[in-house]
Amino acid sequence: MKPVAFGYARAETVEEAIDLLAEEGREASVIAGGLSLGAMLNMRLVRPRIVLDINRVPGLDTIVAANGVVTTGALVRQVDAFRDPTIASHVPLLAHALPHVGHYQTRSRGTLGGSVAHADPSAEIPLALVTLGGAVVLRAKGRTRRVPAADFFLGVLTTAREENELLVALEWPTRRPRTVYAFDEIAQRHGDFAIAAVAVAAEVVPDGTLGHLALGLGGIEDRPIRIETAGYAGRRADASLAEAIAEDAASRVVPIVDLQANADYRRQLVRVLGRRVLAAAFEDAVRGA
Amino acid sequence: MIRVKPDERVRVSLVVNGRWLFGHAEPRMLLSDFLRHELKLFGTHVGCEHGVCGACTVEIDGRATRSCLRYAVQCDGATIRTVEGLAVGDTLTPLQAAFNRHHALQCGFCTAGILMSTTAFLAENPKPTEAEVRDMLSGHICRCTGYEQIVSAIMDVAHGGG
Ligand code: FES
Ligand code: FES
Repeated sequence: MKPVAFGYARAETVEEAIDLLAEEGREASVIAGGLSLGAMLNMRLVRPRIVLDINRVPGLDTIVAANGVVTTGALVRQVDAFRDPTIASHVPLLAHALPHVGHYQTRSRGTLGGSVAHADPSAEIPLALVTLGGAVVLRAKGRTRRVPAADFFLGVLTTAREENELLVALEWPTRRPRTVYAFDEIAQRHGDFAIAAVAVAAEVVPDGTLGHLALGLGGIEDRPIRIETAGYAGRRADASLAEAIAEDAASRVVPIVDLQANADYRRQLVRVLGRRVLAAAFEDAVRGA
Repeated sequence: MIRVKPDERVRVSLVVNGRWLFGHAEPRMLLSDFLRHELKLFGTHVGCEHGVCGACTVEIDGRATRSCLRYAVQCDGATIRTVEGLAVGDTLTPLQAAFNRHHALQCGFCTAGILMSTTAFLAENPKPTEAEVRDMLSGHICRCTGYEQIVSAIMDVAHGGG
């Protein structure tokens, strides 16, 4: 379809963009790659008065590692993040997630920031950010704030970003010692939205027991979630622990229901995919410990 | 900051297949429609208009991407390659010739997009595995061929001897 008529503004600087957001508020939609917003516009699911294009704002496409955090600018394209050596070595979970994001022809343009701002519950990039305990950097006129990923996603396509704020960067905690990162998902076709996605950061200490574990689930509830797993620290990191944790996670989630899957099927995917990803991560971690 | 009103038509100039061309667009005009209706380049096809089918894929500034998810006003100054930029006269590119030999198209609706994706893909990865080719093709929908002939055509140009 064709979108409803909208006005167009092209910002040349972050200041220009946030000035316009201060004026227009919710009447403006920010376009980065446009892979999600363009589809929503064309299907007339959104009808903003003005589309604010930030693609020509210089300096928003950088990837910088400092003080245990990798900061990615709002305009970093998914394919560039995937090929970036800093991401590969410092944020391996994101590197594992990116091949599942859309397709060759969409990753070329789609951005990390756009995916986070869009907040589809099944999207991989938000899930990686939540699992790692990252943060979202938002700028408005005269102020900048950092929102932890866990507090940023509020529901389907709903975030803590206020209407006068521009998402300028994402902060990714860098890899922890002795930790293995793993990601997998089930989708109808490769590259489609995940029915269930599992992201894991698992630390195994040298005696073969579990240290720190982060288990994230995407596509299950109305936002990416992290499962509480602190109680499992100190247990032997093996296949039966993987099964127990996945079983526990499956019993605790409240799955969404849509045309792709009902709640029971989603819960079953948490059980099966969760066990598979956790067991593989534990095995790798034990080998490396 | 450049600002364009919803009903305002502005001039958009870009390099298409090596030539500077221009046309006019209001903000909501999709690049795919701009190529077809303003520039009369009907080789780029339009299926779903929301990024799913891949028919509209063209190369923009060296990257294969959806032209239905780009608005023409965003593209002032861009460099674009469409399917019309592949063959020189009657001389097909090796990829097009392989599609012909392998019967990699039936109705041809999906073909322009697949050729543009594959051209960019092979420039980055000249010797792909079959799995990599299939992964790249997952961004296209073909309702006729079942994909097998498309995969063979691509593997043939990449590795020869097919
Ligand atoms: S028409 Fe652009 S992807 Fe279908
Ligand atoms: S040849 Fe008909 S859709 Fe592909």
